[in-house]
Amino acid sequence: MALLSPGFHRRRPEGEADAGDRLPPGQYLTDGFPVLSAGPTPRIIPASWSFTVENENGQKTSWSWQEFMDLPQETPTVDIHCVTRWSKFGTSWQGVSLDTLLENVETDAGYAVFHSHGGYTTNVPLEEITDGKAWIVHTFDGEPLDPEHGGPARGLIPHLYFWKSAKWVQGVRLLDHDDPGFWETAGYHNHGDPWREERYAWA
Amino acid sequence: MTAPETVRPTRDGPRARPAWRVARLAADRRENARTRTLVLEVPGWPGHLPGQHVDVRLTAEDGYTATRSYSMSAPADGERVEITVQRVPDGEVSPYLTEDLPVGAEIEILGPVGGWFVWRPAPAPTLLIAGGAGIVPIMAMGRAWLGTGDRAQDGAGRDGAARGGAGAMRVIYSLRSPDLLCYRDDLDALAAAGAPVLYAYTRRPAPGGHRPAGRLTREEIVEHGFAADQGPACFVCGPTGFVEAVAAALIDLGHDPARVRTERFGPSGG
Repeated sequence: MALLSPGFHRRRPEGEADAGDRLPPGQYLTDGFPVLSAGPTPRIIPASWSFTVENENGQKTSWSWQEFMDLPQETPTVDIHCVTRWSKFGTSWQGVSLDTLLENVETDAGYAVFHSHGGYTTNVPLEEITDGKAWIVHTFDGEPLDPEHGGPARGLIPHLYFWKSAKWVQGVRLLDHDDPGFWETAGYHNHGDPWREERYAWA
Repeated sequence: MTAPETVRPTRDGPRARPAWRVARLAADRRENARTRTLVLEVPGWPGHLPGQHVDVRLTAEDGYTATRSYSMSAPADGERVEITVQRVPDGEVSPYLTEDLPVGAEIEILGPVGGWFVWRPAPAPTLLIAGGAGIVPIMAMGRAWLGTGDRAQDGAGRDGAARGGAGAMRVIYSLRSPDLLCYRDDLDALAAAGAPVLYAYTRRPAPGGHRPAGRLTREEIVEHGFAADQGPACFVCGPTGFVEAVAAALIDLGHDPARVRTERFGPSGG
């Protein structure tokens, strides 16, 4: 069925051929760390940063930067996949698991929306960010996270396309209904599983 | 591709089905030594907005496929889709598209994609700022603005201030050297129609030009752009470092971050 392009050949590095089943369909491997953002990089200093969890009844729990840093820290090493088709293997982060942040939050919510400085939002089913699947991270490769990559802190949900990992994150709202976010209402898929190539929404 | 699972309203963009379409290379233009514009005929193309992009898929004889995203360089025109590709050294897809794909050959494309970095005619002025190959979606916006003038010729003024409901437009194009320039004729047409274009060469100036080579400065953005209190829509596209610097300058100058839309391309690609 495929349309062949005569004279076109694989030219990617050997490492990609060895990637085997680590590389989702339609992705290519990069050593760089490209940036995808819709607007200017906000300037946020940790001293004025906080993270807030709000449940479906409007009850809020907040952590200042210092309180957040005093929470149990984890150091996930994960593969990440951007909908613009680059993937990067073995990225190392440090941060706090969503399980820790949600531990004492009363909720029957089924959905979550991360929100960021600058107005960005992204939505996920709550079950996609519990049981060790998601973090709020502040360190990349042993260094404080660069502002252009979302510093001082961003989400990390590596099993979904990387736009779900909100940069400059400041909180998460738990909802009893789904509420599509920024890219999810601008042509991108509501769920974003790279292994199922859930890239685009087409209505 | 499988059928769509999700049917939801989208904020922007023409409505389309998710299907890879066959695109025939109808014509091409050599923009410069490393850059080629591909004029594709795509039966069933649903149309697009200036600033959107497409995914291009190539399949090798052994079944290997590679897919990359490319911005469209012209606004919607029936079943005609123009993309501009700059050859990436050691790239996989771009050298094939810039050097090898013959006119008359077919490739596959998916799109249009992207509903944020898009331009629509509006009364507020528009400032377009491109760095290097970032000129591609910016040019689509500029050409769309020119098109609003065509439609506005009977009645509205043609001084760039009231073109079929579109406000004034200004363009800043930063690039390394004159030999890497794209779209000279269309940029001249923009300038002639009342949308001035500032060329900011960073490494080698144009022969006879008055501006010495160097990075685009904040003063130049002030002088050539619009004041923040005019509420312009700002579109910035280019390499990450360029976009970071320009967007930061615009914010420092008082522009509303919500009116500064950006598109970055990073160090990878192919």
